Amino acid sequence: MSSTTRPLIDARDVHGGYGGMNILNGVNMTLEADEVGVIVGPNGAGKSTMLKAAFGLLHINQGEILLNGQPIQNLPPNQLVQRGMGFVPQEKNVFPSLSVQENLEMGAFLKPQNVKRMLAQVYDFFPPLYEKRRQPAGELSGGQRQMVAMGRALMAEPSLLLLDEPTAGLSPLYMNEIFDRVKKINAAGVGILMVEQNAKQALAIADKGFVLAAGQNRFTDTGTALLANPDVAKSFLGG
Amino acid sequence: MSNLSKTRNPAYTPQDATPTRSFPLRELILFGVLLVAVLAVYAIMGAAYSTRMLVEAACYAILALGLTIQWGYAGQFNAGVMGFVALGGFCAMFFSVPVNDAFWGTALPGEFGRVLLYGAAAILLIVGASKLDRLGVPKPLRTFITVVLGVVLYLVVISQLREVTDAIEDQAGFVGGLGLPPWIGWIVGGALAGGVGYFIGHICLGLRSDYLAIATLGIAEIIKAFLKNSDWLTRGTATVSPLPWPTPGPAELGFTLSRAIYLSFTAVIIAVIFFLLNRAYNAPWGRMIRAIRDNEVSAAAMGKDINKRRLEIFVLGCILMGLGGGILGTFNSLFDPQGYLPLNHTFLVLVMVILGGPGNNLGTIFGAVAVYIIWIMSEPLALFLMQLAVMFGESAFGWDAPSNMDSRALQARVLVIGLLITMVLRFAPKGLLPEKIKSHS
Amino acid sequence: MNELVFFINNVVISGSVSGSIYAIGAVGVTLIFSIMRFAHFAHADMMTFGAFMVLLLTTAFPAAGASLGVPTAVLMLPLAMLLTAALAVGIDKIFYKPLRAHGVKSIVLVIGSLGVTLILQGLIRLFSGTGAQSLYVDDRKEIFRLALPFEGARAPIVVTEPQIYLFVITLVAVVALHLFLNRSRLGKAMRAMSDNPELAQASGINTHTIVAVTWIIAGALAAIAGTLLSLDVTFKPDLSFFLLLPIFAAAIVGGVGHPYGAVVGGFVVGFAETLAVFNWSVLLRPFRDSLPLWLELPSNLAFVGTEYKIVVPFFILVAILVWRPTGLFKGKVI
Repeated sequence: MSSTTRPLIDARDVHGGYGGMNILNGVNMTLEADEVGVIVGPNGAGKSTMLKAAFGLLHINQGEILLNGQPIQNLPPNQLVQRGMGFVPQEKNVFPSLSVQENLEMGAFLKPQNVKRMLAQVYDFFPPLYEKRRQPAGELSGGQRQMVAMGRALMAEPSLLLLDEPTAGLSPLYMNEIFDRVKKINAAGVGILMVEQNAKQALAIADKGFVLAAGQNRFTDTGTALLANPDVAKSFLGG
Repeated sequence: MSNLSKTRNPAYTPQDATPTRSFPLRELILFGVLLVAVLAVYAIMGAAYSTRMLVEAACYAILALGLTIQWGYAGQFNAGVMGFVALGGFCAMFFSVPVNDAFWGTALPGEFGRVLLYGAAAILLIVGASKLDRLGVPKPLRTFITVVLGVVLYLVVISQLREVTDAIEDQAGFVGGLGLPPWIGWIVGGALAGGVGYFIGHICLGLRSDYLAIATLGIAEIIKAFLKNSDWLTRGTATVSPLPWPTPGPAELGFTLSRAIYLSFTAVIIAVIFFLLNRAYNAPWGRMIRAIRDNEVSAAAMGKDINKRRLEIFVLGCILMGLGGGILGTFNSLFDPQGYLPLNHTFLVLVMVILGGPGNNLGTIFGAVAVYIIWIMSEPLALFLMQLAVMFGESAFGWDAPSNMDSRALQARVLVIGLLITMVLRFAPKGLLPEKIKSHS
Repeated sequence: MNELVFFINNVVISGSVSGSIYAIGAVGVTLIFSIMRFAHFAHADMMTFGAFMVLLLTTAFPAAGASLGVPTAVLMLPLAMLLTAALAVGIDKIFYKPLRAHGVKSIVLVIGSLGVTLILQGLIRLFSGTGAQSLYVDDRKEIFRLALPFEGARAPIVVTEPQIYLFVITLVAVVALHLFLNRSRLGKAMRAMSDNPELAQASGINTHTIVAVTWIIAGALAAIAGTLLSLDVTFKPDLSFFLLLPIFAAAIVGGVGHPYGAVVGGFVVGFAETLAVFNWSVLLRPFRDSLPLWLELPSNLAFVGTEYKIVVPFFILVAILVWRPTGLFKGKVI
């Protein structure tokens, strides 16, 4: 959409962590608009931490993150939502006592004028949610909850969607469905940056892949190139 | 791995086992200032008054030690110190006051015993009914029978009890005491307070800490309501006095000397409690308690029986409050249930603890004495300031001051205590003498 | 028949009165609990403050209500609600917000709210004195006596004017709250924040706004409850003392964080209180002649004397904590 000179998100040498202890030790990440980026790596590598850092949930001590060329590090989440970033946490990602539709409405809290149009669009992405729109989100299955969570984030019309392990704990059937939806959302013009445990499947749909270890980039390449890389396969994709 | 070391409690690191001994400058200065303040009070108010103040401050120090182990060691907030203090005071009265022959010499004790037996029988019957399902009675029916039986028997026993207690009130005034040495009452008072604490703690300690605060606040009011309205047991608003002292009383030795002896007596008790608490604090038991306070999840993960430890500490704190209440009650030589006020016996103690330093026994004792002196001295000071304001108002603006200015000035002390609590929480949350734990870094 | 009237007057009406007061108070407590996650002990004193504001305004303009045909105190209520809401927001700014910003445990906020309790009590007593004062300064308290159209019913059912105001205003307040929470954008955001504060923030909901809205609602409701209670009896600076335990019992019975549960809990506690102090002997009296001779009816058959009324909410509280700590309607936060 925008000119290629300005990446959608550009993280440069990010250091950060909790309570003075760094978990990220210099992460670099660039994603153009319309691209899908996937972060993979072993447990404790700082994958989810990187997403949280990008979304202002964690203090960044060094380095910078640019969104559409604007520095955004350490901005509070509600300002990031305004600037076009959406975040779907891995756990506790719905409001259980609110109905599905109310969950979605909360996503558009800052843009109440768009609610109607966006609701139609989200129900178009996730048809099962339309049928369950009056049901409390807490009563839904894990996969449906993930859809509610993604739908909620989409309601704010983000240009970049951050997904933290969207398929964790889901059955293979739902997993494929979620990957399908991710592709469809991306095709509608939303950049996606996601952390995934199912590295092979995720890299297969990725334009860019980032393999993190110990809070640093180990490999950065296109998804297909990483899948083909024997070193990556041996150390991180389980052979 | 990184996660584990992050949540691990600093109290468990080996360096902490040998606390570094630095020169206690802060302690010396603070206690020096306190000594000067005490001497000033002696110089202004006279020896008899000041010694009384010190004894009362010492009793409050015992209460404050009870609260500091609950709040400081374990993070439990007891909002009903007053109830436990009142229980201690009641026991001190009940055990030490002379035997009332107008009660014991009549048929009333027999009557009273009969009602108690009825009560016990009723409880047995109800418990039996609640087990009826073992005999094949369907559960809903069992519950129905139990509830109906419970209601009917309760009403029967309570109306019998009302008759007997009314008779006691009419014929004997009240049941009187047992004529035993006061210290027996203190110990029983501590035990009774501990028992009530066990009951409350057993229910609330597994839940959010807020519930404990609500429940203790409630039980304190109930204890007070019971003591105030059970005229047959406590003479209620008519109050009981004098209570005998374990040491020679003012009639024999004069006010100053007798109070001084009582003070040294109390000081010995505090020293013993202080010593035992410090031992416990540094023992594995104390470390475990603090580990639970600082990080419940990891303490539980290490296999500690959290709720049992919490209950132990809560009951221990309540015992100290009962004991302190007993010693205070005996010293006042008057049992007046209406004299137990949340402001004096709960919030003042709370201020002592949070100002002195929760979890630091020395700080707590400092806080108790310092706050009590300020509290006692604030009364004449408030009146003086109020009079000054009224005088100024009258002369400058012809202001016609309300006649109850004095009582209003005393009300203002409520305000000051409230302000003090909020200010300390915000600006000095660790108190003047903070608990000495090596901090993470 | 007269016994039945006695029952209606002493249990049905009196239980509804305390039930309504407790319900409104408990809703405020439960909202604060669900948004800020602490038991707000100063709530009952915010009620007293609201009633005190009405007292001040009514004393200043005693004749204002006569022209409209309502008691002046009721006319002044909206203004007092506004003032109490402002007080609540102010208290939060000065006392609770800095503590929250420090990330203290919720129990420290509880202690802070006890400090606020004392400050409010001290201020109110300083300005009002310690005595009781009627909120009916210039007006007359109407009493309605409804005679029953039955033979033998000589005693009438007695309802007072403030009680009718209480029932109506309670109903309006509950319906308004329901509409606010389910229809309005802010109300839904409030529920969302009580469900999951982190996610609410990640959705772009401004949590400071929600906190302020919560205090405004809680303060306004507190003013209603305090004023209507003071209208029914009298204004006393230590009003709060008898309210705190029933209100918290009601909130916990209903399930903390559950506004409708708090309403139900309020009525449960209110009726339990009146049923417990009711003298059941009165109802049994008509059957006195048919009872066997050995069964002599005592003149007082109440479960607890009025002086032990406070035992009732405590007993309910303990029972619910033992058997069902999440409350009747499954509260969110334990």
